[in-house]
Amino acid sequence: MKAGRLAAISFVLSMVASLALVAVYFVGESTPLEGTLLALALGGLGLGIVVWAKSLMSAPEVTEEHEALSSGPEARDRTKAMVQDDEVTRRTLLVRLVAGAGTTLAAALAIPALSLGPRPGQTLFGTKWTSGARLVDRNNDPIRPEDLPIEGVVTVFPEGFVGSSDSQTVLVRVAPDLLEPVEGRQDWSPQGCIGYSKICTHAGCPIGLYRAEAHQLLCPCHQSTFDVLQGAEPVFGPAARPLPQLPLDLDDDGYLVARSDYLEPVGPSFWNMTGGE
Amino acid sequence: MLKWLDERLGAGHWARKGLKKVFPDHWAFLLGEVALFCFVVLVATGVYLTLFFRPDATPVIYDGPYRALRGQEMSAAYESVLRLSFEVRAGLLMRQIHHWAALIFVASIVVHAMRVFFTGAFRKPREINWLVGVSLLIFAIGMGFTGYSLPDDLLSGTGLRIAYSVMLSIPFIGPYITFLVFGGEFPTEGIISRLFVMHVMLLPALVIGLITVHLGILWRQKHAQFRGPGRTEGNVVGKAFWPSQVFKSTGLMLLVAAVLAALGGLVQINGVWAYGPFDPTAVSGPAQPDWYVGWLEGGLRLFPAWEWTLFGVTIPSAFVPGVVIPGLVFTILALWPFIEQRITKDYEVHNLLDRPRDVPWRTAVGTAGFLYMGLLTIAGGNDVLALTFNIPVEGITWFLRVALLVVPVVGGMIAYRVCKELQVGGDHPLRRRRGTVLRRTTSGGFEEVH
Repeated sequence: MKAGRLAAISFVLSMVASLALVAVYFVGESTPLEGTLLALALGGLGLGIVVWAKSLMSAPEVTEEHEALSSGPEARDRTKAMVQDDEVTRRTLLVRLVAGAGTTLAAALAIPALSLGPRPGQTLFGTKWTSGARLVDRNNDPIRPEDLPIEGVVTVFPEGFVGSSDSQTVLVRVAPDLLEPVEGRQDWSPQGCIGYSKICTHAGCPIGLYRAEAHQLLCPCHQSTFDVLQGAEPVFGPAARPLPQLPLDLDDDGYLVARSDYLEPVGPSFWNMTGGE
Repeated sequence: MLKWLDERLGAGHWARKGLKKVFPDHWAFLLGEVALFCFVVLVATGVYLTLFFRPDATPVIYDGPYRALRGQEMSAAYESVLRLSFEVRAGLLMRQIHHWAALIFVASIVVHAMRVFFTGAFRKPREINWLVGVSLLIFAIGMGFTGYSLPDDLLSGTGLRIAYSVMLSIPFIGPYITFLVFGGEFPTEGIISRLFVMHVMLLPALVIGLITVHLGILWRQKHAQFRGPGRTEGNVVGKAFWPSQVFKSTGLMLLVAAVLAALGGLVQINGVWAYGPFDPTAVSGPAQPDWYVGWLEGGLRLFPAWEWTLFGVTIPSAFVPGVVIPGLVFTILALWPFIEQRITKDYEVHNLLDRPRDVPWRTAVGTAGFLYMGLLTIAGGNDVLALTFNIPVEGITWFLRVALLVVPVVGGMIAYRVCKELQVGGDHPLRRRRGTVLRRTTSGGFEEVH
């Protein structure tokens, strides 16, 4: 009898909670209250039903026999014979042609899927950087080396393309005598200003963190770490490739400009990145 | 009513047969039901969300009630999620219930699959349903990933970018299929509406279809059952569908929904307003995906910086952990019934379930696999661990790299030993009584009982 009372209380509680939920909806917004009342409305009903089933139903244990799933070899043979109807199988040529036509039709129907995107072409090989393009920050302001303190970091874009995803570049200024430039890049870092692609060469996340004391750029996604002083060589984590370096120069007004686009693809690796389309 | 149906569909016969169907009474058989009920909640809340969400990347300026973002440029998609969260009554509740239900949906599928695995319920004749189940797991993960990418906040954008990079890493075809899927180089305007179509139409249609098949096959083949008095390979012992099982399942559905409602109302989840709108040049850290993609993220974090270029073909470092290993995991999982059949040469029909101890080597393999996936999931949060315990992340990464090779093997061996001991002793080795039993003799002394 106790179980019956518990079930009854649960149902009543559920009803009260439902009505309160309606009231709360009209009175005003409260996510915690809505959630609690909804939980009580659902839970009361559920609990009552479970108590009813577990305590108030005799629910005798019953046994059911498995009938064999298999229909046996004879029935299978008859089915097989029916499928391999002479009037179908005899026409070998037609069977093959039907299969062939079905395949070509499937191929033809799949073709519109190619409209979903352009061919990659040269897209992955270049960015918006061009020879002489000024480096600008998010506010579209050009940058002189002296604007940036030593160990200062700023995200830069080519002038006119602020926010461009594939052109985002992290500009770091270090004491010039610390730099150990890669062979052939000795004049790419005027006054210690050195620019690397901000897109991680592992999975493409923006390299968000600079550890000034170690001169390392760190990707917050998978912790790939790059040595700013030595051509952004990866020193830890899953990235295998250095961050591409942007060749920098100063224009006549003393602002930082790019000497050219990146000389290699930026961002995550792909199979033909060393060759080109 | 019954007469009307009977004269048209012959309901009198099959309805009675159906209502008499026997369900074995064991809590472990309810795990799949929990998954099903989570899906019911997902559909119900999801339909509601669809009515307010705009799958639109068009930039707009926010001028809603959330001050921190007022005046900021964002996509219409993100703005609609903010509006849903702050201005639509019960909107935040629905969104949070939906997200919690998704987490628990995948979790209950995983636990249900583990029950099926460790009890050998996938054996003949149930291999097809195992394949259907593995497909459901994959589609559930797909629904989760496409779903939490929709709000177009900074965190979900980061997840999409990683997915893009992993897809791009596939040799020969990577750039082509990535551009087809995303519609060009990341970030693309069209991706939100594409994910939306996947999330609210294609994947749910597949999942509903497969759930129907899953339950249809279950109904046809009847339940497997644990060993016990009166239980044989040829019968099912349990409670009838009506009324007991219908009541219990309905009650369970309501209780699952109640728990999800309580979580959705009281425990904040995925507060996208705090991440801010997606910006391709920024990232939030530490960035954590939903738990069921943690193992993929962990693989990407742990795998060494190995990148090869052979004959001008580069194999990017993201390819093995991002594509090959997940591919192997799901292939082995899907083919397990057939792999086991090859090994055991057991081609008989099994309706009685194993206890995990009955087949120690299978339990060992399952334990090793579980530990492997668990360690990868932990690795997916190595930056959070580093912050929480103030350990350098490099140390954690190296520790987990070694652990990933050692722990599954050792754990599997321990599981094997435990199973063997259980077979002999019957008690769990950790719970068995130790020592000897003494008896008081008539003379007042003690003697050992052997």
